[in-house]
Amino acid sequence: MKKGHDQVKHKYGMVIDLDKCTGCGTCMIACAAENNVSVRPDESDKQRSIAWMLLYNINNGKEFPDAETSYFPRPCMHCDDNPPCVSVCPATATKIDHNTGIVSQIYSRCIGCRYCIAACPYHARTFNWWDGYFPKDKGLDRYLSPEVSPRMRGVVEKCTFCHHRLMKAKDQAYAEGRKELKEGEYTTACSEACPVQAISFGDLNDPSHKVSRLSKSPNAFRILEKLGTSPKVYYLSVKDWVRKMADNYLPGEFKPVSKVSASAAKKSTLQGG
Amino acid sequence: MDSVLIPAGVKRCSLKAFLLWTLPWLGLLAWGGVSAFLCLFKGLNQTNMTDYFAFALWIVFDLSVIALGAGAFFTGFLTYIIGRKELKDIINIAVIIGFICYSGAVAMLGIDIGQPIRGWFIFWHANVHSMLTEVSFCITCYLVVLIIEYLPIIFANRKLDEVPDFHLFGNNLHRIMAVFAATGVFLSFFHQGSLGGMYGVMYARPFAFREGFYVWPWTFFLFILSAIASGPSFLILCTKLIQGITRKKLVPDKAFQTLAKISGWLLTAYIILKIADTIGWIYGVVPKAGMTFWDFFSQGPYGVWLLLCEIIVFGIIPAVILLNPKARQHQGWLIVGCLMNCTGIILNRFVLTVVTLAIPVMPFDKFVSYLPTWQEWGISMALIGFGVLVVSLSYRYLPVFPKEAELNPAVQ
Repeated sequence: MKKGHDQVKHKYGMVIDLDKCTGCGTCMIACAAENNVSVRPDESDKQRSIAWMLLYNINNGKEFPDAETSYFPRPCMHCDDNPPCVSVCPATATKIDHNTGIVSQIYSRCIGCRYCIAACPYHARTFNWWDGYFPKDKGLDRYLSPEVSPRMRGVVEKCTFCHHRLMKAKDQAYAEGRKELKEGEYTTACSEACPVQAISFGDLNDPSHKVSRLSKSPNAFRILEKLGTSPKVYYLSVKDWVRKMADNYLPGEFKPVSKVSASAAKKSTLQGG
Repeated sequence: MDSVLIPAGVKRCSLKAFLLWTLPWLGLLAWGGVSAFLCLFKGLNQTNMTDYFAFALWIVFDLSVIALGAGAFFTGFLTYIIGRKELKDIINIAVIIGFICYSGAVAMLGIDIGQPIRGWFIFWHANVHSMLTEVSFCITCYLVVLIIEYLPIIFANRKLDEVPDFHLFGNNLHRIMAVFAATGVFLSFFHQGSLGGMYGVMYARPFAFREGFYVWPWTFFLFILSAIASGPSFLILCTKLIQGITRKKLVPDKAFQTLAKISGWLLTAYIILKIADTIGWIYGVVPKAGMTFWDFFSQGPYGVWLLLCEIIVFGIIPAVILLNPKARQHQGWLIVGCLMNCTGIILNRFVLTVVTLAIPVMPFDKFVSYLPTWQEWGISMALIGFGVLVVSLSYRYLPVFPKEAELNPAVQ
């Protein structure tokens, strides 16, 4: 049985093109529907809302006509190597799978201490302050996906990169006598639903995958890279102010994208010459 | 009516007066009971905690009482390991205060977790890399040690002592108390430290993150030092309060002076290291995260005044008071010094818990505020009610202060 398994080390990741994102929120809805994310009758308390994928609206702080706005869709960053949430969990309820890079959450083991929430600077983890709400009289129970277990009150949940889809894709490949997945066979609900294809998903370790190429773009960046969390979610934007919003910079520390591109171009010219 | 239970040679108030005294504290316990029921039955939505404030009032209370309860293990260490005989007059109340602090903290943690029935998973699915695992193991073991240390005091009750088995058991426990004191020191060293380590290891939270030695961030060592600096001060405060309420002298001054002096020296050492740690953080962790010192102190009410209060007002000043023999021999200054010392440590635990979570790390994130609900206050206040009741019952029925009869000959 072990022979049939894929032994390649994958690093699944995401690249989100912020210049394409319109902030429509389809990714959030698709994610919630796919992963049985519960809602409350009153969702006005946003600090207690459960959202595996959350849209942050940002602006350049300027007045009209220079005002610009953009969105940061924020799933779990699935931090690499040593995710801040994994090492702190006292009950080993969250783990990183080094064969896929996916940081999982074991709901039935989580004791709800919320230490992982405190350790995550991205607010990618949410606590179930209430019992799941899928009222039968409103038909919400019929939309529940049988592939994802709904969470109980008192546990932490977060984006899993639609891990169940990976399982499904692997089963399919196995049935077809393949060991490896083709690009696009495993993708997340948010990337599939995005109407402008701003979200790409795939294996960052596989140079043939789109995400692998995009993540090496001079316009690619990650949120709070300096902290050393090594997120597997990359963002793309040519706008300096958007890039600057992704991390904290001391005066003079931020390098505008145009300069980076110019120096990269110069470097490649020199190497080519 | 209960005179047969009262220790020989000492005087206690009437049972009626005692029952009246317990009423407000029972009230606090009832408030806590209702709050605990609501939180366990309806869930943590009864609190004002959010996904931003994952830790809040309860954790501040937990950390504070655990630090202040350090007087138990540290006085045990000084009494049984170092051999400071004068502290034998205060060790019983130190153990009782330690027991209250730790049992209260464990009970609060039981309510604070979202799935209390799964609390044992920490031991079953233990993640050895988590500081919280270390905290849980050491606190649980140390609570058992405290119960063992408390047992001989309970068995010394006049009526219980008449039972030969209890008498023998209590006496035998007394003889090997040094072993438990040493175990308590070992366990306390690690849980006090790992409580600090819990914050120091959060490398993605630059306000709390600290470099360190081997697997232990500097906060690990600072928490140990601050706990043993404030624990004896808290013990002095509690004993002085009992003396004030009972209007009796219960412990010779020598014990207070020894504790105050040690507390002063340890606080001095702590404050020096805390200043060094803060400077190291300002020039190390903060710029590495792309931030400046002021980024952490310019949002909401959490200004730089917190740091100044912690280090100068509630650090340097009480250290000077407690180190000065003339000042600490003066009853008023001794109490002020101890009170300020304890306040500083509570402030430190508050800052590390609440400010760490309140200051956003992502530049496009926003500052949010938090105020506890009455249920959160209820459970916190129940700890105080529980503490006063345990001390009151112990004082009334157990020979807590060995020198009480000797120091109060008139009442004999």
